[in-house]
Amino acid sequence: MLTYLPNIVFLIVLVGAFYLFFKNVSKIRRNIFLGKDIDRTDRKNERWKTMFRVALGQSKMTVRPIPGILHIIVYAGFLLINIEVAEIIIDGIFGTHRIFAEPLGGLYTAAIHFFEILAVLVLVSCVIFLIRRNVLKIGRFQSAEMKGWAFKDANNILFIEIALMLALLMMNAVEANFTDHESQQFVISSLLAPLFSGLDQGSLHFLERFFWWIHILGILAFLNYLPFSKHFHIILAFPNTWYSNLNAKGRFDNMKSVTDEVKMMLDPSADPYAAPPEADPNAAPQRFGAKDVTDLSWVNLMNAYSCTECGRCTSECPANITGKKLSPRKIMMDTRHRLEEVGANMDKNKGEFKDDGKALLDDYITREELWACTSCNACVQACPVNIDPLNIIVQMRQYLVMEESAAPQELNMMMTNVENNGAPWQFGQMDRANWINE
Amino acid sequence: MAEQIQVPTMAEMMAKGEIPEVLFWVGCAGSFDDRAKKITKAFVRILNNAQVKFAVLGTEESCTGDPAKRAGNEFTFQMQAMMNIQVLDGYEVKKIVTACPHCFNTLKNEYPELGGNYEVVHHTQYINSLLAEGRLSISGGSFKGKKITFHDPCYLGRANNVFEAPRSLIEKLDAELVEMKRCKTRGLCCGAGGAQMFKEPEKGNKDINIERTEEALETQPNVIATGCPFCNTMMTDGVKNKEREGDVQVLDVAELIANAEEL
Repeated sequence: MLTYLPNIVFLIVLVGAFYLFFKNVSKIRRNIFLGKDIDRTDRKNERWKTMFRVALGQSKMTVRPIPGILHIIVYAGFLLINIEVAEIIIDGIFGTHRIFAEPLGGLYTAAIHFFEILAVLVLVSCVIFLIRRNVLKIGRFQSAEMKGWAFKDANNILFIEIALMLALLMMNAVEANFTDHESQQFVISSLLAPLFSGLDQGSLHFLERFFWWIHILGILAFLNYLPFSKHFHIILAFPNTWYSNLNAKGRFDNMKSVTDEVKMMLDPSADPYAAPPEADPNAAPQRFGAKDVTDLSWVNLMNAYSCTECGRCTSECPANITGKKLSPRKIMMDTRHRLEEVGANMDKNKGEFKDDGKALLDDYITREELWACTSCNACVQACPVNIDPLNIIVQMRQYLVMEESAAPQELNMMMTNVENNGAPWQFGQMDRANWINE
Repeated sequence: MAEQIQVPTMAEMMAKGEIPEVLFWVGCAGSFDDRAKKITKAFVRILNNAQVKFAVLGTEESCTGDPAKRAGNEFTFQMQAMMNIQVLDGYEVKKIVTACPHCFNTLKNEYPELGGNYEVVHHTQYINSLLAEGRLSISGGSFKGKKITFHDPCYLGRANNVFEAPRSLIEKLDAELVEMKRCKTRGLCCGAGGAQMFKEPEKGNKDINIERTEEALETQPNVIATGCPFCNTMMTDGVKNKEREGDVQVLDVAELIANAEEL
């Protein structure tokens, strides 16, 4: 019985880790679907292509070559080294050792050589990333919204990845010293093997198990860290790009509810005294634009969970570059934080949201930020996973203007001019063609 | 100006039973702003020179609603859109050309869903097609050998992926096209978009048009070219702020063509 103890412990840890992970992911899923419905299922071929190109192919990452290439290394390492995790899980459950080694033969040896080289590259990349954040202090990692948890989160991820790669290499290095069975020599770990050469076989076997457990427990812990971290982008980058906006960036949605009303106003045969069509008494009252996260679409909310806070958007934002408070990254982080607050509220109140007197507007995103936007789409263009901060900004402006009439005074004048004179300035409609004869 | 410009209105054309090839959508800036009116006239001179049978709406044209929409006022936008669509459809307009990227974007992308379906092109695209059809020819003229940098209007470039049309026109002038560090998809906004044109900027440490003008001036240009009346205003202000109006001109691509050909 006791010989099966490690297998049983492993199985319990494995099932527990996946259970916890899926529980937290389902909470995120529920939170995302608190958003309004939006149909993004058209042009499926184009959507698959976009996902393969942008998420899998990392096409927007290399716009900035240094972080782009380093990121591709870490990403390739993540995808490929995880193949080995399949082996670790099988070994863990059945108490086997390197179960793929025999059936795969030379291919297995080649794969491990390759994984070890990749592990070193990942490790070096992560160290460079740490240096960029903590020593070189690259501008986009120093903004106001990057203080506190956001700063720690970024470093945590890099530390965990370094630890996982070290554990993998150390495990192989220890095993290289085994004498009781034919141990294989791999390209990197054989160089590290002398570190453990003085140890007796018993200690070596203990150490090998120790690094094996560190590696797999680390991976499972990391898995459960994802739902609480910006690192969740490794999962959501895929659906996020699939559901991205495929229309011209300049095309803003036309609000359907407004269209109906305007059509009625312009219809000479419409009866102004007609009773409104029977409203669904159970339907929640709809407001124009967005005041809180639940007014946004579920794609906006998925965007928020997909954001890995790289700040490329903010560093390209003309308002932010010139010292205004607006930061598109902060718009996304605020949306996520508020949504997480709403989700926690629901968890506490048996799935019902209890009004907490707070909202995304004012409590998180200020009006000053919203009015600083030039709608230039630089943030949308810059995002490596096709997040659209501008769409949130515009919906919040719609709330401010159409629900609160709270536009800046000059904009109110502009809008009045458009309504009265058909131009944003105070010129008469009848003077519109004067230029011809001037 | 060589000769008087010919600008028929849709109403006049219709009265004569004629149908224009294209409607020139002038836009509010092009109609009312003194600087932008020069761009409008330059483009008309090109159209006249190429003997394009075009028309304008004149006093029947109204704001597309773009600034209201970007500011969040969907009601005003859709009211404007519906009224414009009624006028355009009344004249059975099929093709529209405009020198304003904001009008271009709104007419092209946002009107169809509201019932307004037209082929919409930016004037830089239209001039290219006139060249391709052999109706217009450009030689270097006064801009030969001059350094020209092109500032991408956001609503032409990033918003609608039109990057090459204005550039190919500049290259036809035998001028040296010099790119700014941030250009094409990464072009920096002039600061006017999203209804910013009509309000003071929020508190910051610099105005956006100054940031952009500095970048343009780094290319040591003789001319900063744009394809948008609002960008033109912002860059012109920037150049004045830097006291460089003596040696650096801010011109629309249509003005470059019209001036080079002395139309």
